[in-house]
Amino acid sequence: MKEIVVISGKGGTGKTSITASFAYLGADNIVVADCDVDAADLHMLLEPDFAKSEDFYSGEIADINQDLCIKCGECANVCRFNAIPIIDGQFVVNQLNCEGCGYCARICPVNAITNLDNNVGKWFISTTKLNSIMVHARLGIGAENSGKLVAKVKNEAKRIALETKKDFVLVDGSPGIGCPVVSSLSGASFVVIVTEATVSGLHDMKRVYELVKKFNLKAGCIINKYDLNLDVSTEIKSFLKAENIIHIANLPYDESFTRAMVEGKTIVETKKDKNNNLKSIIIDSWNKIKEETN
Amino acid sequence: MKIAIASGKGGTGKTTLSVNLAVFLSETYKTNNIVLIDLDVEEPNSGLFLNGKLISSESKYRMIPKWNPEKCTLCGNCQKVCNFHAVLKLGKKIAVFNELCHGCYACSELCPTGSLPMVKEKMGELKQFEVGNINFIESRLDIGQEQAVPLISQTIDFVENQFDDDSIFIYDSPPGTSCPVIEATKDADIVILITEPTPFGLHDLKLAIETMDELKQEYAVVINRANIGDDSVEKYCKERNIQIIAKIPNDRKIAEIYSKGELIYKQIPEMKEELKKIGKYIFEMKNGEKR
Ligand code: SF4
Ligand code: SF4
Repeated sequence: MKEIVVISGKGGTGKTSITASFAYLGADNIVVADCDVDAADLHMLLEPDFAKSEDFYSGEIADINQDLCIKCGECANVCRFNAIPIIDGQFVVNQLNCEGCGYCARICPVNAITNLDNNVGKWFISTTKLNSIMVHARLGIGAENSGKLVAKVKNEAKRIALETKKDFVLVDGSPGIGCPVVSSLSGASFVVIVTEATVSGLHDMKRVYELVKKFNLKAGCIINKYDLNLDVSTEIKSFLKAENIIHIANLPYDESFTRAMVEGKTIVETKKDKNNNLKSIIIDSWNKIKEETN
Repeated sequence: MKIAIASGKGGTGKTTLSVNLAVFLSETYKTNNIVLIDLDVEEPNSGLFLNGKLISSESKYRMIPKWNPEKCTLCGNCQKVCNFHAVLKLGKKIAVFNELCHGCYACSELCPTGSLPMVKEKMGELKQFEVGNINFIESRLDIGQEQAVPLISQTIDFVENQFDDDSIFIYDSPPGTSCPVIEATKDADIVILITEPTPFGLHDLKLAIETMDELKQEYAVVINRANIGDDSVEKYCKERNIQIIAKIPNDRKIAEIYSKGELIYKQIPEMKEELKKIGKYIFEMKNGEKR
């Protein structure tokens, strides 16, 4: 079983649309994991049925029992996150600021503080419109620890792939370079970086590649909208060469991607793609990626 | 006046809007001090569009415990009090896992022998630039640092100390709906949510709106790449009585200008018209003509 992780650094490069197309091509030989839990969009193209759903708890959050509180203020004193303001003469917990370190509960002289399990979101196991299994999640508003939820989604997807003897886990990774993308990357067999031929696309891919390098992972790159700026495209290509990243494909700037999305379809299913131009590039890319993971 | 530019999903044009708006306002409303702050510390991009003069640069630190074996009795209390499993007693050693540490000070202050003093660890770099008459601040998280929030909050503190309250602050916020975006938007006077008129755009706009409602923030919407998709975003905003203050046209030329790192409104008159609308909206808010 191989694990293919698609990332982009920058948002809006077409990562999710391309991942959905690969999911379509891989059909039920893959288990899909949507690890972009903060802005999960893959379900709009793959139509999972949300068959199994479970709450996800991670960490704790402080809760002050006002009946016991003697208003000594020790908790607010030790809190480094400004999470215990005084409101109407009472020490209360600001849930958005509380990191759940539990320091306040430990030092409260009258034990008025308890730590409650923190519900940070929900995760799902679904069957998609392609009859494949998809593991996905929905992070609660303002929740932290999306790294842990990402890890959960990925591990479940792996478990299912092993149990059902599928060849691939296909991961739609998180943006950025922080904790969620670190969780998305760990354990990958092959990383697909989707970038675009813009100065921002190049800048962000360089930063996220630093991270890929730290993990010592094999990577390939798809340059989307390559014809938007041929100079930047050339620069991206020399970066790929210098870093030994496989250049998987160039995709032209083409609004049929968006038109397909409006229909709720991937670019490999839609009729909006004239001459099946994009479709054939995506199919070639998927075949290349499969080869590289062998 | 603090304006946060945010979006649920990445890549909808936050940075484009932030940068173009900042320069446009500085040219149009000359008496106001404009401060642009890139708070997308994981992937800061605003600077790519601005040719600024570097004024200052400073490292930003967070605090983490460091074990000092001299007086340690190996009582193991530190391991017990760390809720994040960032301190472990391994044989005759105390190990700190920096990337797991949230800097709560519990292990350090509750150590009976004072053997875990808090020390500085570098997490990123804050740079201040001058671009024409704009002050531009960029913070950049070091690769390998996993937590964006402490750097975002230190950057906001820096900006608030450095500049006059009467300035116009434009925060280019990180994407998403989790901690980093909350940190970047919670103190703003108004949040401008930028989205695309597509199913992805609408879905992520709804999440962003839920987040802003939770924060009890005021917000308005700007539609980017108007006409590329369907009218579901407009319908949704109308139903919910959410104001759409501008619509940036969909145009390959705009994408090309963006790809080069240039300012769009200088070459596309329609963009300037839309920025005028946003400027007017902001100043009406600032002068208290609108709520
Ligand atoms: S709490 Fe202090 S004395 Fe006890 S093991 Fe930890 S460092 Fe050593
Ligand atoms: S400062 Fe807090 S989070 Fe960091 S190691 Fe100590 S107890 Fe754990």
